[in-house]
Amino acid sequence: MTTEMAEPASKIELPASVAGDGEIPTFHITLRVRRYDPEISDEARWDDYKLTMYGTDRVLDALHKVKWEIDGSVSFRRSCAHGVCGSDAMRINGRNRLACKTLLKDLDTSKPITVEPIKGLPVEKDLIVDMEPFFQSFREVMPFLINKGHEPTKERLQSVEDRERFDDTTKCILCAACTSSCPVFWTDGQYFGPAAIVNAHRFIFDSRDDAGDMRLEILNDKEGVWRCRTTFNCSEACPRGIQVTKAIAEVKQAILSRKI
Amino acid sequence: MTTIESPRSGKISSGKIAPKYNRTGSSRGNFEMIAWLFMRLSGIVLVVLIFGHLFVNLLVGEGIHAIDFGFVAGKWADPFWQFWDLAMLWLAMLHGTNGVRTIINDYAEKDSTRFWLKMVLYAATLVIIILGTLVIFTFNPCPVVDGVQLPGGFCPAP
Repeated sequence: MTTEMAEPASKIELPASVAGDGEIPTFHITLRVRRYDPEISDEARWDDYKLTMYGTDRVLDALHKVKWEIDGSVSFRRSCAHGVCGSDAMRINGRNRLACKTLLKDLDTSKPITVEPIKGLPVEKDLIVDMEPFFQSFREVMPFLINKGHEPTKERLQSVEDRERFDDTTKCILCAACTSSCPVFWTDGQYFGPAAIVNAHRFIFDSRDDAGDMRLEILNDKEGVWRCRTTFNCSEACPRGIQVTKAIAEVKQAILSRKI
Repeated sequence: MTTIESPRSGKISSGKIAPKYNRTGSSRGNFEMIAWLFMRLSGIVLVVLIFGHLFVNLLVGEGIHAIDFGFVAGKWADPFWQFWDLAMLWLAMLHGTNGVRTIINDYAEKDSTRFWLKMVLYAATLVIIILGTLVIFTFNPCPVVDGVQLPGGFCPAP
């Protein structure tokens, strides 16, 4: 029988300039959350929460603090909390961002930080919106591989250049930050929206896919790519840095060169 | 047994998406593509036409001081300028109308508002295009009504 040695405390030498004694700076913020509960009132309202947060905290941490320590009725979506699942897109200080990727220290903490649900989609409660209209248009562009050839016994090989062609649009996490920042989508929600076009682009320009023409035909619609006014709201809103407006322009050109 | 209704927006009891958020059926067709292409092409042509127009009218010769009834009459006696002005009229009107049409589509919230704004727009466009075309082609610097020469001072006395 061997007695386990207690593991020595790990020690990392930090230069004094980095953090001094390792203390993380704290600051006070006011979080102004858009509250809506259809069971209580048809009117939405603003609730302010005064919090003490750390320099490493994100807006999501502030929302957690509110929900876990102050008001459990505050509702919002989040799953992975690390910018991958795309659940917590919200309008923070008037801009669509992921709450889990927005550091509080990057915002103006002297003023209240406003947090609203993304616009253009029906609000269900507080920061939760009904994503179904968003996914309706996503489904319409057939966001899956369609290949008419024989099924290969191993993976479908593709050259580096062919893969590079649609690399940017593979990054989409379907958070709806782009679509719900689009002023054309706000009008009546009939426009396909940037996210659906981005996901169509991902397959239209994939050399392994055979249904590009079908998707171009779907997007050559009254509510398709031609409603894009190139306001670049979507490119600015995308938390993954996808050049959304560029992708839409490429789909426009593909439709044009196919027709003419 | 109690049924828990799905919490959807609008009418909670219906369990469905509020109708205005639902996507309506597709409306394929090339019209929007052609309109989009027309905006780009007519824009390029209009830059040439309008700056040519401004240059000839305001800078060449005596420039702005030469513009009077006789100057316009002289220009429209030449088929080249007739077609230049005609192209400018048609392209500018259609380009502008399509631009306002997209603005109405983007900003009008009610279907009926959208419909009537567009009807007013199309009516105005039609009147201006027809009137402008008529003026360019039927322009007569020396109009004679009931055998009497209208006063103008540009035409030789009969």
